[in-house]
Amino acid sequence: MKRLSNTRWTRGTTVANVDASLDYDIGAEPSQASVGDYFALLKPRVMSLVVFTAFVGMIAAPGTLHPVLAFIALLSIAVGAGASGALNMWYDADIDKEMARTAARPIPRGNVTEQEALAFGTFLSAISCVMLGLLVNWVAGGLLAFTIAFYIFVYTMWLKRRTPYNIVIGGAAGAFPPMIGWAAVTGTVSLESIVMFLIIFMWTPPHTWALALYRRRDYERVRVPMLPVASGEAETRRQIMLYSLALVPIAILPAFIGMVGVTYGVVSVVLGGGFLWHARRVQTTTEGREADNVARSMFKFSILYLFVLFATLLGEHVVARIIG
Amino acid sequence: MLSEVEDKKDDSDTATRRQRARSIAIGLGLFFMVALFYAATIVHMGANVAKRAM
Repeated sequence: MKRLSNTRWTRGTTVANVDASLDYDIGAEPSQASVGDYFALLKPRVMSLVVFTAFVGMIAAPGTLHPVLAFIALLSIAVGAGASGALNMWYDADIDKEMARTAARPIPRGNVTEQEALAFGTFLSAISCVMLGLLVNWVAGGLLAFTIAFYIFVYTMWLKRRTPYNIVIGGAAGAFPPMIGWAAVTGTVSLESIVMFLIIFMWTPPHTWALALYRRRDYERVRVPMLPVASGEAETRRQIMLYSLALVPIAILPAFIGMVGVTYGVVSVVLGGGFLWHARRVQTTTEGREADNVARSMFKFSILYLFVLFATLLGEHVVARIIG
Repeated sequence: MLSEVEDKKDDSDTATRRQRARSIAIGLGLFFMVALFYAATIVHMGANVAKRAM
């Protein structure tokens, strides 16, 4: 729509300079976002871990799923996880631009507007849940919808900026994917899938608090009450140790309930020892740059821990299926 | 002045290029989704769907 109200026709006025004076009011600016920016909104690294654990849930589940449906299930879970990431970036845009770790995300950089991220995340959330429900089953679809809603409404909007235990409760969202994968195959939720949920649920706090220890100043600046900010570093180190102590026996549980064999049990014990060793180092190394390095080292190890644990679970099931 | 005009032209070219890439991505996404729905429907119908009695 063009507005001509500011144009005064006087002697010497030409079409060219009238055109230059026209005020083009065509609504929103054209988007500057590239396809890569939209992809970055999906938090691809988080998404890859979600897809991997969901895949393990699918393989560990009794029964089979047609490969096409299995692919659709994994795709839906990936898209749902990505949608959560986009919605999280939309809501946290104000603090993301203040934190070194998140300042390069598409919204703080100005490549994607908040409205675009909101629309993108909402659309993908809806399409992923409907696709999983319609094409695979509604237990899995419902669980995916619940996971996205939990992550956005409970963790991001409600808990994250209010309590230092945000990640303890909110972290449940990240623990659902293997349960969704299991439900995609069986249409149910059972003890085995709950055990996989519990492993990730107990793993999330020490993993996140290790990060929060060496990123404490970032969280302080934006007033997000992560445990090191709200309760101090000493309490955080103690809590990391306590949660690690709780995690290790839970991670061995699959071997005890007959879900997997001895190999997983041995790997789990060895990895658990490594996890506790890192937790102990975090607890005892409290001063200077070395403390940050130790926390960073634990954060990295925790990712490796979960990956190897679930890879072993996956490997045992694959081998069991091949052998027959 | 001239460089300002050129900068604006570059911005406009970039925006157009990105718009085109987004349009292609949306088109491919929709096509892929339709294909998935077709494939899943055939899987749900089963292998003998084409052999039923007329």
